[in-house]
Amino acid sequence: MSSLELRGITVRYGRFTAVENVDLLVPEGTVTGLVGGSGSGKSTLGKAVVGLAPTRSGRVLVDGADAAPRRGHSPVQLVFQNPYASLDPRMSVGASVAEALPDGVSGRRTPARERRAARDAEVARFLELVGIDPARAVLTPDALSGGQRQRVALARALAARPAVLIADEITSALDVSVQGAVLNLLRRLQRELGFAMLFISHNLAVVRYLCDQVAVMDGGHLVECGPTDRVLERPEHPTTRNLISCVPTLALAEEAS
Amino acid sequence: MPHHDHDSSLRHRLGRTLRTPIGITALTACLLVALVAVLGPVLLGDRAARIDTDAINQGSSAAHLLGTDQLGRDIAARVVVATRLTLRLTLLAAVIGVGGGLLLGVAPAVVGRRLGRLITATVGVLVAFPGLLFLLFLATIFGVGSTGAVLAVGLAMVPPMARLVQNLTASVAGSDYVAAARILGVGRFKMVVRHLLPNIAEPSVLFATQATGGILVAFSGLSFLGLGVQPPQYDWGRLLNEQLNRIFVNPAAALAPGAAVVLTGLMFGLAGEVLAQAGGRRAPQAPEPARGQQPNPSEEPATDGDGVLVRACDLRVTFPGGRQAVRGISLDIARGEAVGLVGESGSGKSLSALALADLVPHPGRVTAGTLRFDGHDLRDDPRLGTELAMVFQDPMASLNPALRVGRQLAEVAEVHLGASRAQGAARAVDRLRAVRIPAPERRARQRPHEYSGGMRQRAVIAMGLMGEPKLIIADEPTTALDVAVQEQVLDLLAEVREDSGAALLLISHDLAVVAQVCDRVLVMYAGRIVEDLPVTALLGGAAHPYTRALVGAVPTMTTDPGTELATIPGRPPEPGETGGGCPFAPRCERARERCHRTAPELSDFGPDRQVACWFPVGTAAAGGSVAATSYAAEATS
Repeated sequence: MSSLELRGITVRYGRFTAVENVDLLVPEGTVTGLVGGSGSGKSTLGKAVVGLAPTRSGRVLVDGADAAPRRGHSPVQLVFQNPYASLDPRMSVGASVAEALPDGVSGRRTPARERRAARDAEVARFLELVGIDPARAVLTPDALSGGQRQRVALARALAARPAVLIADEITSALDVSVQGAVLNLLRRLQRELGFAMLFISHNLAVVRYLCDQVAVMDGGHLVECGPTDRVLERPEHPTTRNLISCVPTLALAEEAS
Repeated sequence: MPHHDHDSSLRHRLGRTLRTPIGITALTACLLVALVAVLGPVLLGDRAARIDTDAINQGSSAAHLLGTDQLGRDIAARVVVATRLTLRLTLLAAVIGVGGGLLLGVAPAVVGRRLGRLITATVGVLVAFPGLLFLLFLATIFGVGSTGAVLAVGLAMVPPMARLVQNLTASVAGSDYVAAARILGVGRFKMVVRHLLPNIAEPSVLFATQATGGILVAFSGLSFLGLGVQPPQYDWGRLLNEQLNRIFVNPAAALAPGAAVVLTGLMFGLAGEVLAQAGGRRAPQAPEPARGQQPNPSEEPATDGDGVLVRACDLRVTFPGGRQAVRGISLDIARGEAVGLVGESGSGKSLSALALADLVPHPGRVTAGTLRFDGHDLRDDPRLGTELAMVFQDPMASLNPALRVGRQLAEVAEVHLGASRAQGAARAVDRLRAVRIPAPERRARQRPHEYSGGMRQRAVIAMGLMGEPKLIIADEPTTALDVAVQEQVLDLLAEVREDSGAALLLISHDLAVVAQVCDRVLVMYAGRIVEDLPVTALLGGAAHPYTRALVGAVPTMTTDPGTELATIPGRPPEPGETGGGCPFAPRCERARERCHRTAPELSDFGPDRQVACWFPVGTAAAGGSVAATSYAAEATS
């Protein structure tokens, strides 16, 4: 069980401030949803946590300690929005997942063949965890569908044994029928493995379904943060209210009838 | 269309490419040149070196095919023997050039920011020098002789190679998978070897082999000028030099080394082309069997029914190889009606709409029994631009970034309505106002990049309104937009429809979006319409198991977070993968034997509703669902 704490994160691209002085706590083993319109800075904040955005100031703490990479692996992993771009097209999916495995799973003295066998077994375990047949490990991503690729991307992130997982719009490139399966999987894995998760999405219904806490961003600032039920039922900030009112629902159709 | 190629390993692709005419030519040429380079000096070395003072400067004869030089040595033998040295020096220079280029090209992506910028700038400056000048400059520095020439030619190739690799690497280094590897803590060296190099391989290989051809020419040039290979050694360039002054006496002797340079240079180019083809995704595919145009008996009624704007019967979109992406759909759209078309990616929903607009991309072929729009046959008389407007997903891609928005809109009026420039401009401003763009006069003079995403989509809708559209086809118009903007664009579409009385065909993967704007929903699955129902029936009363599953798979603001979301097991069939049964049967828990055997047709199901299912939900058949499920398990196992 781990927590993620952001303190005073500011990200600037040149003169443009994308994220300004954001403090956020994702408590141990819980899911925080990060919502906001496009350009609100939610994705940038996610990237800043894993060091992909130029952070001007602020600290990222995992379990109260600075999130320095340990043994080359960062304790925070990120799953990208677009599964068609996040897997190396020239690498088999097994190799992609293997790359994430921490070194020395079975010690350095064991012979290469045994080490490779152990690695393959680990890869198979993680692929199975996300519901991909391990026999498909030899395929390159172009033989997989979008939903399968996103599962592989998830397996790769989990193989690095992250304390914190950041999911950046991971279902928005997927079909609705696949989205449900990926969300179910993510929720199951989060409960089983107990990592803390920052779930970035523009889809409030998905956030409501998955998250314990919701943080709302607007113009690079964190404008509201609280338990999901409270924020969605009694929003305090106009941005939140606006976001909620814009969610299209099937129920509208019923009211109309 | 995604092309599914399961034996796509490099070896297979290389094998297949080598069997094409260009592959055979390249392979033969390479083998021939290699053979000559290896065996030439062994077999003909003595002959090429033998000085015969009795036979000086002879023309071509049976004994000396290309004649002899001023010391009586056989020129043909000398050209053959020179192959080895020429190739060796060329390849050496190429190794220096390619190696240096790769090193300098990849470096900015892996070293620190400042050093990276310095390298990029240096390469930029070097590329700015004319190549020949740079080459001669280096040749002067390194001095006369083969070593100097190799270094000069090799180093002269470094800047252009480095520039290419830099550009390629920069695009790969910006990709998500490299970012993912960075988060995983993959080291710099592994990053280069595993992720960067394999993904820039084809263009680099192609460039390197073509540049090697260039090196061959450059090196021969240096030798020809006397700056390269020095006597007693000789390469093709020097042979050319020796024989050129006798070109009018014995042309063959001068032309032979020249021809050798040209042909070998071509060989490098060909080899590169073959390697790039094999490595790339454009490996040759098996030729598609030519298919004759199928006759389409049109049994359409002489007049369209009252109020029907669009009528399509048995609409099909076929791709080469017989893959049908749209498999015979029939749809009617009434005047002023808003119809939603939903389905998963690959269900054929976008292609169906494109078929109406006559915009199906190249290899696809549209056939239909009937395809009528407002009383005209759409196949003879496309209506796009005047009565039919199209709004695409990505507004930035539908607007020309170099033209002012007003100008682009005005063009529609000028082309389709014969308006003058001034009239067109005035109408453009008027239409921008109609889609609620503030200060339309000023906005019309701006370019698309000055608009926000939502505003661009408005401009595209305005473009559709330049004519008097009777139908607006909107293909995922809000998918690229944020929720707040999505709301505005959907409202706008509804308003536009009210004002102009146009019908709307809204394509979306999002049922909620469709529910907000449309009266009627068509659900597509595997190239067919499986259900046609009023929007009001979506939430509770869908009859097709697929529609119900789609509704259940989307979490809404009222979904209980404690429950699992409904999912649809399996995946939709690829075009051409569908057998005789209902295409949804393998994923359907209600499927029975009949479903696997024969495909149901779309048939009436209550007033204003149609469904293509043998056992629709909500009928008597649903009573035995337990029996049906176990039956299905038997049937699928």
